[in-house]
Order: sequence, then structure tokens, then C-alpha cells
Amino acid sequence: MNIQGENKTQNRVVALLPLWVVIGIFMIGPLLVMAVVSLMKSNVYGGVHFEFSLDGYKQILFDTNLFGEREFNPAYVIIIGRSFVLASLATIISFIIGFPAAYYISRQSKKVKDILIFLVTVPFWTNLLIRTFAWIIILGKGGVIESSFIFLGFINEGDTLNLMYTNSAILIGLVYSYLPLMVLPIYASMEKMDMRLLEAAADLYSSRISLIRKVILPLSMPGIIGGCILVFVPCLGAFIAPDLLGGGKKLLLGSLIQFQFASARNWSFGAAVAMVLLLLVILVLFFNARINKKHRDYETQG
Amino acid sequence: MNDKKINAIEIKNVTKVYGAGNSSVKALKGVDLTIYDNEFFTLLGPSGCGKTTLLRLIAGFEDITEGNIKLFNEEIISLPPNKRPVNTVFQHYALFPHLNIYENVAFALRRLNKNKDEIERRTNEVLKLVQMESFSKRKPNQLSGGQQQRVALARALAPEPKVLLLDEPLSSLDLKLRQAMRVELKNLQRDTGITFVFVTHDQEEALTMSDRIAVISNGEIQQIGKPEDIYENPNNQFVANFIGEVNLLSGICLKNGENGSCKLDTGHEIYLVIPQSVEEGEAITVFIRPERITINKSLSEKSLTSISGFTYVGNAAHVELLSNNQIINATLPIDRVKDFKKGDLIEIEFPKDHAQVINK
Amino acid sequence: MKLKDKKLKFRHVWNFPGFGGWTAIFFGFLYIPILVLISYSFNAGKFAMIWTGFSFRWYTKLFSNENILDATFNSLIVACTAAPIATIIATFSALALVRGGNFKTKEFSNGLITLPLMVPEIVTAVATLIFFAFLGINFGLINVILAHSVFCIPFAYMPIKAALEAMDPNLELAARDLYSNKSSAFRTITLPLLTPGIISGFMLAFVISIDDFIITLMVAGGGATTLPVYIYSMVKMGVTPEVNAVSSLMLCFSILVVTGYWFLNRKNNN
Repeated sequence: MNIQGENKTQNRVVALLPLWVVIGIFMIGPLLVMAVVSLMKSNVYGGVHFEFSLDGYKQILFDTNLFGEREFNPAYVIIIGRSFVLASLATIISFIIGFPAAYYISRQSKKVKDILIFLVTVPFWTNLLIRTFAWIIILGKGGVIESSFIFLGFINEGDTLNLMYTNSAILIGLVYSYLPLMVLPIYASMEKMDMRLLEAAADLYSSRISLIRKVILPLSMPGIIGGCILVFVPCLGAFIAPDLLGGGKKLLLGSLIQFQFASARNWSFGAAVAMVLLLLVILVLFFNARINKKHRDYETQG
Repeated sequence: MNDKKINAIEIKNVTKVYGAGNSSVKALKGVDLTIYDNEFFTLLGPSGCGKTTLLRLIAGFEDITEGNIKLFNEEIISLPPNKRPVNTVFQHYALFPHLNIYENVAFALRRLNKNKDEIERRTNEVLKLVQMESFSKRKPNQLSGGQQQRVALARALAPEPKVLLLDEPLSSLDLKLRQAMRVELKNLQRDTGITFVFVTHDQEEALTMSDRIAVISNGEIQQIGKPEDIYENPNNQFVANFIGEVNLLSGICLKNGENGSCKLDTGHEIYLVIPQSVEEGEAITVFIRPERITINKSLSEKSLTSISGFTYVGNAAHVELLSNNQIINATLPIDRVKDFKKGDLIEIEFPKDHAQVINK
Repeated sequence: MKLKDKKLKFRHVWNFPGFGGWTAIFFGFLYIPILVLISYSFNAGKFAMIWTGFSFRWYTKLFSNENILDATFNSLIVACTAAPIATIIATFSALALVRGGNFKTKEFSNGLITLPLMVPEIVTAVATLIFFAFLGINFGLINVILAHSVFCIPFAYMPIKAALEAMDPNLELAARDLYSNKSSAFRTITLPLLTPGIISGFMLAFVISIDDFIITLMVAGGGATTLPVYIYSMVKMGVTPEVNAVSSLMLCFSILVVTGYWFLNRKNNN
């Protein structure tokens, strides 16, 4: 509405100015600076020399050997690969665990639904570091699992299961961190689903599995895709799980980047890897947008 | 009745365009309209015709693209809503949920800085007018739809506006309540003497309540007049169709003038007044209300017309007549058609005085 | 057992067997680690992972630990500054984006608000670190406050946007119609009705700021340690019962705030 005598545009500009200034200066600015730094030469003491250099990016793939020659270094590619694989596994496992739960909750009465969904969201708002740390107590040497196994006689006192510092430990940490983010979008999709559709399908001789495959899955697909994105993207850049549960030995992209700015002091390399991570995330979001658009077109064509 | 008519609202050549360029929409196209003081004036039309837009322009919720609006001879288009002595009753009431009924009604009086006693007196006075005095302490969400509507009315009347704008205020109410409120609103307008500008898409509402009606379609005024005039003498087919039931029959003019005649596509030759501007042989459309048609059982077997449908509606019957593959609708009192049934051959009596040529 | 003796339990078509049990396991997986952490914080023994007995001693020890108290204080200072800043910016932005109609830069502004959520936290952390280093901004806790103010904005924004969208726009028009000028209408109608949303937004921003770890880790200079960063350094040195205790307290605090937020919204929706 445009009330007579009011300068709508002026009001709007004033209202949005703080947002633009703050995010412009403190988000876009830093990202641009980081991009620039990734193209500069690292200073051994941290920081960069102001000269153009692709060393940061080259270091991802190559290393100089004893003879001063450049040869392919698989170490970082392995890290990128590990990040990708673990993020994908974490997404799949989160889906398997979360999908039936989301469905069950969506079929409850309003009061129960609200409480259950609240319980799903609560962990999300607590400190991720602390929640991951809890798994050290569970998986670690002398931790809950080992203590109970000793108690039950499965293993001897003094033995260890070596659960920590493995890819599996990191995987458990990743799944645990972002599981609520898988459940919430799927739940949102399913909540809108009309139960009469299922009754209609059953009336037409559909078996239970068929109901899931042919009705529930397609209808909740937007939520499923949303949930997968919400889990995959943070897992890709995760830092806490690989650091605490992987012990810094099994690096993922997140811990690799952090390391460059903490101990290694190789800023341009760190910035370069961060740019690679950013690029991967943009790609994933881009594909997500395409799939969503295709889905929306599907639905309007009906 | 006061012969001297005061212009409460003058709407001159008002155009309202939303958006820009290719996606722009012309909601009102050069509308001219005068509303008199003390009138119950209705803007009538289908959804999207522009009637609510016009109301909002008068209230000041939108800015005008072209044209002028005067309130008691003063230009108001440059004034914001809070400077116009005009108040609105919203379609879904828009009662302030965090204030109780008393505060809702007293809102305008407080903004106008009236003194404490005046506020109390007037608020109670107007609550009593709508019979909601005992609800002062309640909150809007504790009231039924009809009660909320009365409060909305009281709130808009409290500051004694010169003109009251009502945006389809009865559309959310159920039928019985709506009919009761129509009577109440009409009485309220008569008692307070305030000019009411009433927006509705319900033609029955418009016909029962209004002193005058403006029929609007597609951003343009189709006709302005008293209810009887609009009903009996619609200007064009839109108005004829929109108000009441209608027969629009095509035919050829045989002879124009006071004793004109035409041959309808139904096969009948009828007598009616045809304007001189219509030439012989020209195709015309004839407008006849169903209740003006009389039917008799045909004595001969060679009648053109038969009954193709018969619907009983309580106090009357809608009879559908088929003649030469054309349909004519007639509405008759139930006694008249007691012995008639589907398939009967019929003679139609066309009314001379209540048939007229109508423009597109 | 004959067929007619067996009580056939009616099951709705959409009620799948086993899903209820699975959901119970799901909630177990979600909450058991938290419960383990909290129960171990009452462990009397010195070794965090070996249970010896029930005791409050680690909690009492906490309150005499200077470092922890300093870190907690820092966390509160940061949250109490960053959350209001983020909430104010979010409120203005919501007013412009929800009530402002359609304008050319609308999508861009919407994108700006969600940007902190889209970019992986480690990337934001590192970029901000580099940025501050280049500008020579080295004011300890202020660095952290600046960084938090930015990424708390989307969290404050969401409830405020929802509250504004749920508000009938005709209410503001009605106030104008009844002789309110623009600021009066905002003060008497919009603001009171928006306040629950603003409070919700503030609470979310506050919790997010208190809980933040990665960005704070990278951006904080010496002496600007917040509680999560301190806990991290303790964990790195080895899991001690003190860590359990302070972590449990943090967890309970966050849970309390979120529960409060939930109740506040329930009351308003009913």
C-alpha cells in the first residue's frame, strides 16, 4: 500500500541500510579479502606477502620433492575425498534414521506432535562442541561403551576397542550433529500430507511398502531434499567432529582449513582450500535450486 | 426531504494504475462519480472490478494515479488517512487484538486528543448505539463475528466522521445475521445522517439498502441510479445480467419508434418501444425480466413454445421455455402454474412496457 | 490359538508397525549422549570416564575456577551486546522486507540475510579472521562481538519475520484511518504486536551467540576467551570432570532458554 504523502522508498532504504552495511562489510568484505589472500604468497610467520601467486591453489594438488621438482601430492585430494564421502554417508544415515521418525511424529495428534518436534529441535540449539564432546565420553578409552563391555565380560579389563580416532567415530559425530536438520524439513513436508491419500491408495490394493514408495516418498521429496542439503553442506565443512573424534589425524576440509590458521600459518593455502569448500557448497546449492525448480514445474503441470 | 443536495464526495476522472510497464494493471479508468450528503450510496460489482480500490482511494490508503477527489468541496488527495475526516469499517474488522473493546472504540478519540470526559461519554454512547456496552472489557478474540462487526462499526463512528466507508462488512456473516444487519445498518444511516459509502458484490444487498447504486465493472462505472431505476432500466447487458434474473433475447428490428416491433430469434413478434436510432432490419437485443412474462396453455398444436424445465422455489416457479432452440426464462407465482408440466405447449404474453432494447 | 480368540488390533492404513519403536530409538540416540554427559558430571572420581560415585564437587570447584568464570563473563558480555545489535538490525530489515511491497533489491536483501546461514561456518570464521587482521582490528572481545552481531542476524530475523507476516496489515491501516500518524501507529499498534516476535528473535540470537564456537575460536585474540573456546582448550588437554560439569551447565542453560522461547510462542499462538 502506498499511503498518500509518504516516501516509501526513503523509509525502506533507511530500514535496510544497517543490514546492507553490516553484512556488506562483515560478510561480503571478508569473503572478498579471503579470495584475494588465496591468490597471494604466504608469509612464513602468518599473513601474506602482497604479491600474486597461485601457490595456495597449487599446494592442493602438488608438492615439491627433494629434487625441487613438482609432483602430485594425493594427501589433500584424499582429504577432500574423505570429506565428501563422510558427508554423503552421514546424509544417508541421517536419512535412514530420521525418515521413519519424521513420519511417525507427523501422524500424531497436534499436542503430541508439537512436543515431539520441540524435543527434536532442542539439541540443535545447544552447543555443538559439548554435544560432540559427549561422544568422547561414550566412545573413548574407559568410556561408557568400553566400561559396559568390560562389565558384561565381552572384553577384558585393560583392553580397548579403539573406537576413537577412526572414520567411524567421525561419522557418528557428524550424524549426531545434524540429525535434527534432516528430520525437521521432512516432517514439515509430511505434515501437509493428507492421510486420505494413503487411504485411497490402500483402497486400491496398495501394500504398505508400496504406500511408502509410491505415495509417501514422492510427496515428501521436497522435504527430503531440503533435509539432505541441510545435513550435507555443514558436514562438508565440519570441524568439531573430525577434530575431537578424529583426533586431528583424520582430517576433513574443516579441520584442514583451521589448521592452516592455527599452527601451520599457511594463510594462502588455507584461504585456497576455503575457497574450494565454498565453491563445492555453491555447486550443491545450485543443483538444489535446479531440482526444486524442476519439482515445482512438475507440480504445476499436475 | 431536503431539496438542496450537498456534494459529500466528488470523484473526478479518477484513474488508478498498479505496477509499471508490462505488468501494470489499471484498476480504475477515469471514474466520475458524485455522492450526496446523507446518502446511503453503494458501490456494486463483481470481485476485482475496482470498487474496493475506489474506497481505499477515498480513505487514503492508496495514492491516486490521475484525477481528483473532493470531500465537501475540499481536495483530499494530498492528505494522509489520518488527516481525512473519513472512517472505514474493514471487511474483516481489523480490531486491535491487544486492546479491549473499550480501547478499540476510544482509539480515534484518544488520537484526536479529546479530553477524558468527552472520550468516556462518546465511547459509551456509541457502544450503546450498537448494543455492545456490556462487552467493554473483553478482547476482540472473545467475540463472535457479528459482535466484532458491531464493534468495528462503533469504532469507526466514534470520531463522528463526515463519511463512513464500509468495505463488504457483511460478507463474513451467515445469512440470517446478514439480513438482520442490513436492516440495522440502514436504520443507523438514517438515524445518524452520516453519508455511507457501502461496497458489496451482493446485488440483493445493494438493492435493499441503497439510496443510490453505482454498478462498476472492470474499473469503469456502468450505471449510477436509484435501485428501481437500475433494476427496471439497465443501461447495458452487464448491468442487466448482474442485477436480478434476466432474459436477453436477440432479434431483428421490424419497425422503430413508440409502437415499434421486432422479430425475436425465438420466432415471436413482439411490440415494444424502439429508439429512433435503431434502423429497420438491424440486429438488437431485447431485455425482459422473467417475472414480466406470462404464459398460458396453448390451445393449438402449432405453438412454437414448450416448457423445457420447471423448478419449484417455494413461493414461485422458474419455468424454462424452449422456442425455436432459444431459451426464455419466466418466473411465475405458484398458483398460476399449478397445472403446467414439462413438455406442455405454451403461448407467451410478452410485456410491451417492460421490454426494452439494450446495448452491449 | 483359534482365530476368534486372538484380539485383532485395528491399525489405521497410515499407521506403520515398528515406526513408533524406531522413533523411540531415534530420541534415545538424540538424548542419551546428553544424559551421559550430565550424569558423568556428578562423577565423584577424578577420571571423567570412570564412574566412582555421586558428587557435586566438580560443580563447586567450577565456581572457584577463575578462568572459567572469566570465560563465562566474556560469553555473556558478547551475547548481551551482539544479540541486541542483531535483533535491532533484524527488526528493521523485517519491517522493510515484509511490509515494503515489491522492490528491485528485495531478493538481494533476502539473500543477504540468509548469507550467514549458507556459508559454512569455518569459511566465515577464516574470512573474518583474515579481514580483521588486514584492517588491523585487534580489540579482543570487540572482534568477537562484531563477528557475532553479523551471523546472529538471520536467527533473530526468522521469528520477527514470522510474527510480522502473521499480523493483519489492515491493523496499521485502521490505526491511520483513526487519526494516528505514522509513528503513533507504529508505537501503539505495530510494536506491541511485534514485541513477542522481537523477544523470540532476541532469545534465539542470544543462544546462538552463547553457543558459538568455531567463529569465536578463530576470531578471538588473547584474553577474549569465551566459554565454548575455553571448554575446547580443556578438552584438548584431556577430558576432566570439570569439563563435564561446566558443559552440563551450558547445556542446561541453552535448553532452558529454548524451552522458554517455546512456551512464549505457544502462549501467543493459542
